[in-house]
Formats: sequence, C-alpha cells, structure tokens
Amino acid sequence: MDFRRFSLIALPYAWLLLLFLVPFGIVLKISLSDYALSIPPYTPTLDLTGGWPAIRDFLSQLDFENYVFLTEDDLYWKAYLSSVRIAAIATFITLLIGYPIAYAMAKAPREWQPTLLMLVILPFWTSFLIRVYAWIGILSSEGYLNQTLGFLGLEPVTVLNTNIAVYIGIVYTYLPFMVLPIYSTLEKMDYDLIEAAQDLGCTPTEAFWRVTLPLSRPGMIAGCFLVFIPAVGEFVIPSLLGGSQTLMIGKVLWEEFFNNRDWPVASAVAVVLLLILVIPIVLFQKNQEKQQE
Amino acid sequence: MNQPSSPQTPARPAGPGPATAFHPWDDPDAVPLIRFRGVTKRFGDFTAIDAVDLDIYPREFFALLGPSGCGKTTLMRMLAGFESPSVGAITLEGRDIVHVPPHKRAVNMMFQSYALFPHLTVEQNIAFGLKRSGMEKDAIEARVAEMLRMVQLQKFAARKPHQISGGQRQRVALARALAKAPKLLLLDEPLGALDKKLRQQTQFELVDIQERTGTTFVIVTHDQEEAMTVASRIAVMNEGKIAQVDTPGRIYESPASVYVADFVGDVNLIEGNARPVGQGMAEIRWREGVPAIRGQAAEPLVEGERATLAIRPEKIAISRERPEGRNNVVQGRVHDIAYLGNISTYHVRLPDGVIVQAQVANQRRIARRDFTWEDEVWLSWSDTAGVVLMR
Ligand SMILES: Nc1ncnc2c1ncn2[C@@H]1O[C@H](COP(=O)(O)OP(=O)(O)OP(=O)(O)O)[C@@H](O)[C@H]1O
Ligand SMILES: [Mg+2]
Repeated sequence: MDFRRFSLIALPYAWLLLLFLVPFGIVLKISLSDYALSIPPYTPTLDLTGGWPAIRDFLSQLDFENYVFLTEDDLYWKAYLSSVRIAAIATFITLLIGYPIAYAMAKAPREWQPTLLMLVILPFWTSFLIRVYAWIGILSSEGYLNQTLGFLGLEPVTVLNTNIAVYIGIVYTYLPFMVLPIYSTLEKMDYDLIEAAQDLGCTPTEAFWRVTLPLSRPGMIAGCFLVFIPAVGEFVIPSLLGGSQTLMIGKVLWEEFFNNRDWPVASAVAVVLLLILVIPIVLFQKNQEKQQE
Repeated sequence: MNQPSSPQTPARPAGPGPATAFHPWDDPDAVPLIRFRGVTKRFGDFTAIDAVDLDIYPREFFALLGPSGCGKTTLMRMLAGFESPSVGAITLEGRDIVHVPPHKRAVNMMFQSYALFPHLTVEQNIAFGLKRSGMEKDAIEARVAEMLRMVQLQKFAARKPHQISGGQRQRVALARALAKAPKLLLLDEPLGALDKKLRQQTQFELVDIQERTGTTFVIVTHDQEEAMTVASRIAVMNEGKIAQVDTPGRIYESPASVYVADFVGDVNLIEGNARPVGQGMAEIRWREGVPAIRGQAAEPLVEGERATLAIRPEKIAISRERPEGRNNVVQGRVHDIAYLGNISTYHVRLPDGVIVQAQVANQRRIARRDFTWEDEVWLSWSDTAGVVLMR
C-alpha cells in the first residue's frame, strides 16, 4: 500500500526530473562553458573517468562569461524586451477577441455547447506549421487578402513580414488557450447572480461589468498566462510571418544555435528566458490555486 | 403528510400593532399593492400559470403554498420581472408593471440559492443595491450598518460569503434584499436550507422584521407549517391555478375544496350523497344502514349531489362507550396507533374497511393509555367540526 502511494507520487517527480531538470541542467552547464571549434562545440566536457581531480578541474573552467556578454550587446536585452512587448500586446488582443467568443459559447443553448467546444479545439487537429503557412498564403502580397481587396477595388496592403502578421499569427494560434479557461469559468457561473444583480438595480450591461466580468477574472488571468508564456519564446511565427525588423528572442536563440553555432551563448539566452518566464509561471500557479479554493 | 399544525393556529395580525386587527382583504375600500388579473404564463405549450386573479395588500405577509411544480416560483419571477405573463396584467400600486424591467421595479427578491456575490464581502453585498440607486456614500454606510445590526452580522461584515455559515448567508441575503427598503419583498423558499430548529427561529425573525419594516412580503414555501406560522394570508396553488386564498385559520378550518383540505394538514375524507338540512348545514349519507353524518356546508348544495365531509383528526373524540347526544357517531376497531410524543393518532377501521384517524393529546404517560390495538371504540364529533365540500 505504502509502496503504491510512493510510486504514485514518485512518478510525476521522476517525469519532471527526467524531462525538465536533467535537460535544464545540461543547458545550464553549456551556458557556463566556452565556445570551441569542436564536436560538441564547447569546452569543457565532463569526463567522469578522471575521478575527483578531473571534476574539480571541470568545475573551475565554468564561468558566467556568456551572461556578461548578454549584457554587453544590446541586441539581447532589446530582443527580450521586444518579445515581452509583442507577447503582451498579442495576449491583450487575444483576450479582447477570446472573451466574447467564450461568453457567446457559455450563453449558447446547452445542447450546442459540446459542438462549439469542439470547433474551438478543431484547429489543433492539423499541424501548427501548416496553419502558419496557410497564413502566408492569405497575407502575402498576392495572397487571398489582397486578391479580395483588389476585387473590392481597394488598395493592396502589406501585412506579411510585419509585426501585424506576427500578432495575427499569435492571436490565431493561441486563441483556444484563451477561450477555454474563460469559457469554463463563465459556464460554471450561477445565473441567479446575474438576476440578483438586476433585481438590485443593475441594467443587464451593468450586471455584466459588476458581476460577470469580476467572476470570470480567474479564467481571464489563466488564459492570459497560457497565451503570454509560450508567446514570449515563440520562434516559428516571427520567423515565418515576421519581417527583418521583428525582434523576438526565440529568433535570436535560433540564430545563435544554428547560424552562429554558438551553443554556450544560445544556452545562456535560453536560461535567461526561462528565468524571465518563471515570474509569470509562479503567478499563474498562484492564480490556479486561488481558483481551487 | 406532515403532522398537522395545531388547530388553534391564530390568524396572526400582521398590522402595525396587535391592537388593530389587520384584514384589508375584507375592506372594500382597501387598495391592493399587487393585483394579478387573468394572468397566464405558458412555456411553449405548457401552461405554468393558468388565469390567476390575485390581490395582495400593503404590509401583508403573503404565502404561496403548493406542491412542487405548481408554479410558485414562476409567479414570483413575474413579480420580480424575470418573466412576463403570456396573457393578463400585473399592477403594482395601480401601475401596470408587465413591461418594467427588473432593475426598475421597487421589488426585491431573496433567492432560493441566496445568490450572494462571491467576490464581494458581506458588507459589499448588502451595499450593492444601494450603490446602484445613487445614494450618498455616508447614507449607504449608515444603511449597511443598520442592516447588519438587524440581522446581527456586524462581526462578519468583512467576510466573504464562503467564509460564513449557511444560516448567516441566508441572513445576508435577507439584509441585501431589504436594504433598498423595497415596497415588496419576494422570498423564494428562503428557509429551505435550514434545519428545523434554526428554521423556526428564523421564521419568527422574519415575521418580526416584516412587522418592524412594514414591507409587504410574499413568501414561497411548500412547507404548510411554515406558511401557517408566518403568513397573514395563504394562497394554496394547484397546477398553475389558485385553489384558495385565505387566512391560515380559514384555510385550515374552512377549506374550499377537498384539494385544499387534503394539502393542508391531515384530514379524514368521507364521501357520500349530500342533503341540505338548513342553517348552512348538510348531512352525508355515506353507508347503508348507519345514520348520516353532518357538517357545515362550504357552499349551497342540492340534495343527492356527491359531496365529501372533511374532518380533522384532532376534532374527533374517541371513547369506549357510545357518546350520548351527538349526531356524528361511528364505531370501529383500533387498527394502528402512531405515537408522536405530544399526541397520539389512532387509526380506527370502520366495518366497511374505511380508516378514520383520531388524534388525542397525550395527557398521560404512554403506559397508561386508554386504548390499545383491536379495541372496539366509538368515534364522535360535533356537527360544526367538519366541512361538507362539493369540489
Ligand atoms: N423556463 C421554463 N421553461 C419551461 N418550463 C418551465 C420553465 N420554468 C418553469 N417551468 C415549468 O413550470 C412549472 C412551474 O414551475 P415553478 O418553478 O414555478 O414551480 P414551483 O411551484 O416553484 O416548484 P418547486 O416547489 O419545485 O420550486 C414546472 O412544471 C416547470 O417545469
Ligand atoms: Mg420553486
């Protein structure tokens, strides 16, 4: 019995250890190493056969040089800042679009709701990459958007390879993550509360602002974190839809790894990104816990 | 069915003072606060409320009583403005309110679920309606404090609804609904969630608050004892129709139909052919070869019509010898005895198999009971104890 309980608890921890802590340890270690023209492209490498002296020697070669470098070149902090800004704006737009969708879903007749829910999840059934490529087809200069505008006798617009395309991409991709938590709080809400508010003198609009909205706040917060956290590190969307002026840390990270092959600096970028995201992740956890009460 | 309320349940005066009798419904000049005229409510092809006419007077404590699904909540929701009648008119102080939205009605409702706002404190919940009415900040604070004092929740002002007990929540809901001093307060099964002791205590609190504030209360309940305890008048409902509107005493003593007699309290129903015997009395021939039994006729009747005598168990006397000088006497055998502490109910089987219940106060200890199973006994009651009903 005790063993079963132990293994039940141990399993998720083992999972976390194997799939998060070990890889993170490796990345952290690489970020403390130096660039080298070798395979793998960094030194030192750990050689356990050398015993204690070798390990001590290995540890003494690790340093924070790469982190210092990140502060020296303003490309990096600008990229971090720009990513956070783009992610925040995109999250806000997603909220503005997602809330009415979730609200309409929660208000829809009961028997429709499973269907609507499925429609929201439906895009996940096709590859994310294909969906982003589809947007290229829509937004490019000869794409469907400009064809439609031309058909209506309007001037063509340049959307692809601008930040606008990045916002469209992020909002489109992450919309379900916003809609679902908001829907679940709205759907749980007791309709008597709205009637009580109206009974006490609220117009339907006031009742929405004073009761529905505050009560759906946990869902909105959860949705915002679920969009914001992955959007900060987003790489595919800015590199496919964004332009040369679109500065996002995910892209920088990619270039460090694959163009410069500077694994130590790339790892440092990744570790700092993670540290930046720890704050919203912890806040998110707090929000979820509060909701459980 | 529940144990019947004590027969002497008074028609409690709900007026300003005990000295003045309160029965505006008998006064032809009294102006009703609420008036339903031919109100019908349909949901699809289902008729939830069927051609209801109803007058409710200012300062009344009016109870809607009826079985589940008879339309009590629907009637209330039409008063609050959440439903509008399919046909008919509802007036509040003479003004048609059918098209007035809920937030513009001087009517507040205490919800069955309490519907307290979980994101607001007790204090903020009570202040919610006041803030919407554009009251001064100081005045709101004073009013909230007054309400908190009234329901004795001063200590809990800063708590959230999930941090207080069920009974306290119910008091917050009451305070919130009363804070705006509405002309009419609607209470939809307000005490449903409370246990019996707390419930009785709260019933008296409600009556007390109603008398002090002078607000007109309409309460929904399917507990007939509760309706008897608090109400100035009771409307007994049946499948969307009003079966009878009357004071608790008259509902109990002079039911207008078999349905009402049966729904409120315990009753023995004896069916037979009726014959008027003058002075508003009627007799019922219910079996060959035994004398007819008598009761007060609820309405004029024609000889030979089928009618039912309704007689309350506590009005039937039980004895070993045949009582002298009474018209209503039947003989039977004790079939069962239900001991309820303060009273005992004897189930007496008449020779034709009909069971009649007679109730006796337990003045003696149980071991010294006069009758026991299978005893031959006589049941008797006075001519005016029972009612002869045509419906
Ligand atoms: N929105 C609605 N749509 C369809 N039918 C409804 C609706 N609201 C109520 N009804 C029906 O109308 C009838 C009366 O309902 P109501 O809620 O008024 O009953 P009630 O007397 O309050 O019962 P209870 O004592 O169980 O609360 C019920 O048969 C119910 O099913
Ligand atoms: Mg109801």
